Amino acid sequence: METGHASLKQLFQQEFSKMVAVISHMYGLEHIETAEDIVSETFLTATESWNEKGLPANPTAWLYMVAKQKTLYHFRRNKIYEQKVMPELTAREEKSAEMDDLSFSPQQIKDSQLQMLFAICNPAIASEAQIGLALRILCGFGIDEIAEAFLSNKETINKRLFRAKEKLRTENIKMELPPEHEIVNRLDNVLHIIYLLFSEGYYSQTQNQILQKDLCIEALRLGLMLTEYNKTNLPKTNALIALMCFHASRFNARQTNDDTMVLYEEQNETLWDKALINQGQHFLALSAAGDEVSSYHLEARIAYWHCIKEDTPEKWEDILQLYNELLMINYSPSVALNRTFALYKANGQQAALIEAEKLKLENNHFYFLLLGELYKNIDPKKAMANLQRAYDLAKTQAEKQGIKRMMERF
Amino acid sequence: MKEFMLIFRQPSYDYSNATPDEMKTIAKKWQDWVGGIAAQGKVSAHGRRLDTDGKVLKAGGVVTDGPFVEIRERLGSFLIVKADSLEDATTLAHGCPALDANGSVEIRAIL
Repeated sequence: METGHASLKQLFQQEFSKMVAVISHMYGLEHIETAEDIVSETFLTATESWNEKGLPANPTAWLYMVAKQKTLYHFRRNKIYEQKVMPELTAREEKSAEMDDLSFSPQQIKDSQLQMLFAICNPAIASEAQIGLALRILCGFGIDEIAEAFLSNKETINKRLFRAKEKLRTENIKMELPPEHEIVNRLDNVLHIIYLLFSEGYYSQTQNQILQKDLCIEALRLGLMLTEYNKTNLPKTNALIALMCFHASRFNARQTNDDTMVLYEEQNETLWDKALINQGQHFLALSAAGDEVSSYHLEARIAYWHCIKEDTPEKWEDILQLYNELLMINYSPSVALNRTFALYKANGQQAALIEAEKLKLENNHFYFLLLGELYKNIDPKKAMANLQRAYDLAKTQAEKQGIKRMMERF
Repeated sequence: MKEFMLIFRQPSYDYSNATPDEMKTIAKKWQDWVGGIAAQGKVSAHGRRLDTDGKVLKAGGVVTDGPFVEIRERLGSFLIVKADSLEDATTLAHGCPALDANGSVEIRAIL
């Protein structure tokens, strides 16, 4: 029964975003909450009915039919109410002919989801709220799952989502694709949100591995959605997908059964997902069209190198130059640290140590981990002191354990 | 933090006799050096490299093909960095590959 439960949950999660997108597309984004309610009610009806009568032959079609009935019922009732209260003709009434056209056809679903993606990834909404909304509306995650992913609580997430939806209304954000000349700019924001969504999953502090993986898969799915439309299927879109494929390929190798992280060096590469690596290479090749070199291009190429376990001078030299370029577009402390690690691999310990000492990222435990590594063969005492500082600064138990193991092996 | 321009000059940019490997080494030196400043989060804007050819317009409408200024070094490119003081900006300039080519780095605050 447990598996049946899990697959129902999966079905609901998948269908939630499709149905909410289609209903919101039909009646306007201002009704997004109504759409959510209708779909949730549909699931409730489904669970009750299916428990009693067993699973229908085509559960998805069943859901669409019931959701359609509920939607039409809701908006018809609303229309009567509005007509009684407001004698003048409302704009919504003009749409009445369309109302019966509500259909969950594959094309309708595809179009609506793409439009929803652009509506939610709107710079008018704070980026944290965009991620929350994306998780809820585009990926069908429950509030408690979102709270867990953000290491937050349900109230905070609910408030955040509420404010975001309010913003959708007050900013009068429409469910439509931006005009052609704006798509490229708006796409940057969409890609960024997908990237954050993926990172949220990949580096999430939650211990829930299934949830982490789910987040990554959903981000990948949203990216792939963009490739189905010419205007959004750009080289940088492909680069982002390649990047996600390469990272995701190591998912099973980086964690043991008892939830401890496995460092890259110690990973069993037979656990790397070859199919995902191949898919990544496919998209990396597509991303090479055109002149633009986005940060996704650079990161994808770095991630590709990490899918090749063997260390060669070319590998680290290329990684170093990619990081050098990446820093020029997109500085962040973690890129700076990774670059210094590549410098160590390419140019040696001494050169890297000089550069590392200049970074002065005093609150970053990865910084002291790196210093510990660089001092290892030069000054063991200093190395140990740095590892200790890393241990003190580490935020999660898993990280602390990892550092402790390094110290013991020292 | 203030902005400073690092201006690179070298006596020669003639690499016509350099082998591909030598060119690669020179490129790597520059990339690693700039990367080191970028890793400190101190690169503000990356100047484009300048072509070695150009024109100079002088008073009276005289146009020449250079040299651009009556000094022994030609302007190669520039980099805009962030630093607290002129001294700090000068520290960043250390290790610049232009110095290995007997060139110089001029450091000027951007007002």
